[in-house]
Amino acid sequence: MNPSFIKELQAIVGQQYTLSDRESLAVYGYDATPELESRPGVVLMPGSSDEIARIMRLCHGAGISVTPRGSGTNLSGGSIAGSEGVVVQTSRLNRIIEVDEENLTATVEPGVITSALHREVEARGLFYPPDPGSMNISTMGGNVAENSGGLRGLKYGVTANYVMGLETILADGSLLHTGGKVVKDVAGYCLNPLLVSSEGTLGFFTGITVKLIPKPQVKTTMLAHFPEMRQAALTVSAIIAAKVIPATLEFLDKVTIKCVEDYAHVGLPLDVDAVLLIEVDGHPVVVAEEAAAVEAICRKHGCSFFQTAKNADEALNLATARRTALSALARLKPTTILEDATVPRSCIAAMLKVIQDSAKKHNVTIGTFGHAGDGNLHPTCLTDERDKDEIARAHKAFDEIFDAAISMGGTITGEHGVGMAKKKYLPRLVGESGIRVMRGIKQAFDPKGILNPGKIF
Amino acid sequence: MDYVKLINCMRCGMCLPACPTYKETFLETASPRGRVALVRKLQEGELDQSARLLEYLSLCIDCQACASSCPCGVNAGELVAEFTCERKAEDRLSFMEDLVLRKLLPHPDRLEAAIVPMRLYQRIGLQKLVRTLGILKMFPKPLDRMEGLLTDLPERPLRQVIQADMPARGAVRGTIGFFLGCVMSLIFSDASRATIKLLTLLGYRVITPKNQVCCGAPNMLSGDLAGLKDAARKNVNIFGGFDLDFIVTDCGGCGAELKKYSHHLNEPSVASFSNKVRDISQVLTMHADELKAILTPLPLKVTYHDPCHIAHCQGIRKQPRELLNLVPGLKYTELENADACCGGGGTYNIEKPQMADLILRRKLDTIRATGAEVLVTGNPGCLLQLKKGLMDHLPQVKIMHLTELLAKSIGV
Repeated sequence: MNPSFIKELQAIVGQQYTLSDRESLAVYGYDATPELESRPGVVLMPGSSDEIARIMRLCHGAGISVTPRGSGTNLSGGSIAGSEGVVVQTSRLNRIIEVDEENLTATVEPGVITSALHREVEARGLFYPPDPGSMNISTMGGNVAENSGGLRGLKYGVTANYVMGLETILADGSLLHTGGKVVKDVAGYCLNPLLVSSEGTLGFFTGITVKLIPKPQVKTTMLAHFPEMRQAALTVSAIIAAKVIPATLEFLDKVTIKCVEDYAHVGLPLDVDAVLLIEVDGHPVVVAEEAAAVEAICRKHGCSFFQTAKNADEALNLATARRTALSALARLKPTTILEDATVPRSCIAAMLKVIQDSAKKHNVTIGTFGHAGDGNLHPTCLTDERDKDEIARAHKAFDEIFDAAISMGGTITGEHGVGMAKKKYLPRLVGESGIRVMRGIKQAFDPKGILNPGKIF
Repeated sequence: MDYVKLINCMRCGMCLPACPTYKETFLETASPRGRVALVRKLQEGELDQSARLLEYLSLCIDCQACASSCPCGVNAGELVAEFTCERKAEDRLSFMEDLVLRKLLPHPDRLEAAIVPMRLYQRIGLQKLVRTLGILKMFPKPLDRMEGLLTDLPERPLRQVIQADMPARGAVRGTIGFFLGCVMSLIFSDASRATIKLLTLLGYRVITPKNQVCCGAPNMLSGDLAGLKDAARKNVNIFGGFDLDFIVTDCGGCGAELKKYSHHLNEPSVASFSNKVRDISQVLTMHADELKAILTPLPLKVTYHDPCHIAHCQGIRKQPRELLNLVPGLKYTELENADACCGGGGTYNIEKPQMADLILRRKLDTIRATGAEVLVTGNPGCLLQLKKGLMDHLPQVKIMHLTELLAKSIGV
């Protein structure tokens, strides 16, 4: 990147927060997505939204691209800048500006860590449900940009269901306010949902107001073992059909169970094909009823062992262990290619079959875990980036899995975003008209195309 | 270095919130994930061994919190240390490294002689002499901040005065070889005295071979693998001369290093040595019932700091807490992020004083929040760093080694 342009950027954020040495740039070329890497031109760590606006104005004038980045845990390459682009890391903007107990909202800066917000609001008896697997390091800005889900999506929904107001800096540096603390708002187009999941391509969030709800009084965490994967899948559908909506209904297959147990030592069974991790929460009486119903359904569907967490620590250990599933799978092979194809929840059993068949057909190892209750599975191919042939076979298997998901009325990505990794599948899902409308929206927000280029389409 | 260890990192970022230097800087180059990437890119030829790259890697405190938090089993701290060793193997040791690592540390008598002027300082205030001792690199800089610590120096190093063979009290349960760490002997001799007393009370004969040498941890920190292997061979031979049930240390840093001897030397005698090594808390918890019978009330508000070398490197977290909770009347409060580094890091607080101070400040804030009167820990590096920190910022909080507190409760 042109040194004089770097100087101009440095004048905005300061020398300490301008990284342009070879070594720094080399480690800002990746996020958590395998196989993707591209070295940026400069990395900036602004300390205020005003600095971000000035960066945007400068880059807009010069036609230089800007990619927002939180902690770099994105799983679709969304936080990887194009070569010679500017990376803007939000970590220093990490203040929780306000928790408004009268309106049940919290307003945060984009670099706030998701679990830090959890701690802050839960200390006041409030609850911010979205809890992506990476919540201990993922940022709120990233969560909003990707519309992150998590383990509690089944009952509580995803990030989009909680975003009430956004302060966004547009490509030209101007400020856009959308929504706010009001519960009802039909003034003009509803822009919040458009910005949520825009993957950094429409604007740069500098202020985020989210909805809070009262913290559930109690929760019960359960673990059900199943000798066969299909039994677990049918149990998922049966629980929902019985009109019980657990907060969490997670599935882990045998490969995943072994890896997670190797790391976390929480007593997962090594001799079964699948486990379901189930959490019901709410009023004590309801929780007791629902837990009993869940247990009965599990047993009816062939559950070989049913365990209820004895205390909060045991429950937390189980949930924490589940959060490590993706990374734990990397114990077996150096490269893990993770997907998040999502289907209507009634199709879970059929989807699991497709995954198994594709893995077998293309001779690859796929470990599957995920938010079964949301129909959102994470088939994860365990491979080695140095084995080009196996990588190619893995992609073939995923090709089939995506096609199957689409044919079942599902989607190519439930919560990780399209980014760079799933660009080629998007037209299959949304069709030509879908792409045309999306391009039109992008044009309206960012006619010069400088915001996180190369993502989505 | 094994390339597979580097590509096993799948860059999920789970290590970032555990890393003390990332928490302070938000810099990818100061994160475990970034460090693994730097070493990998160096191996792949994308980067070369620039001064800047080495500077970035040197910010790693090697607390290994990243290893505890990594679900895929990557130990970024160890990879950086391994890289430093490989690099050092190509270079020669500097004059100072040679002096300290090869001429001083492997010879306890010389080390003890070197510390004599420090005791003189206590009496006649010869600051200049203390400054020359900066070469020992055992005490945080600037040294004038350490004056308070120096006044605590024991009259004579424990190694010189300890009885090499202490008989068990009452019925003999077994024989323990006591590994007396350099800093424990030179500075925290009261704690090690307490350790030996506790062991003999529990029926162990305690043998402290006087010719044992430094465990070699400082060599590893400086990338001197050959020096570490020398130390390991000497200690394995010395302790191998006795019929021991366990080899016990009350120094977390020594314990972690002794347990790892077998990683560096693939010899049966070394494996058998490493297998016998226990942190004092591991042995004491085996005798919780006997301890309970002799512990007397100690109405203190206490919290516990997990030394990195005990929690992350040895995986010992429950035992110290179990022991503290045995003491009648003691009110135990858990420290938030108890296993976060205190910034001591061996010689880190001398080499990177600014970063060490930032990390220390975070630790002191959590200690303040507990309202504890006594902070307990189990590693001399932490004792040094935290003692100084408490003195400056939280003088009402006293610091003790775990065995000192237990001995106090027993009244010995």
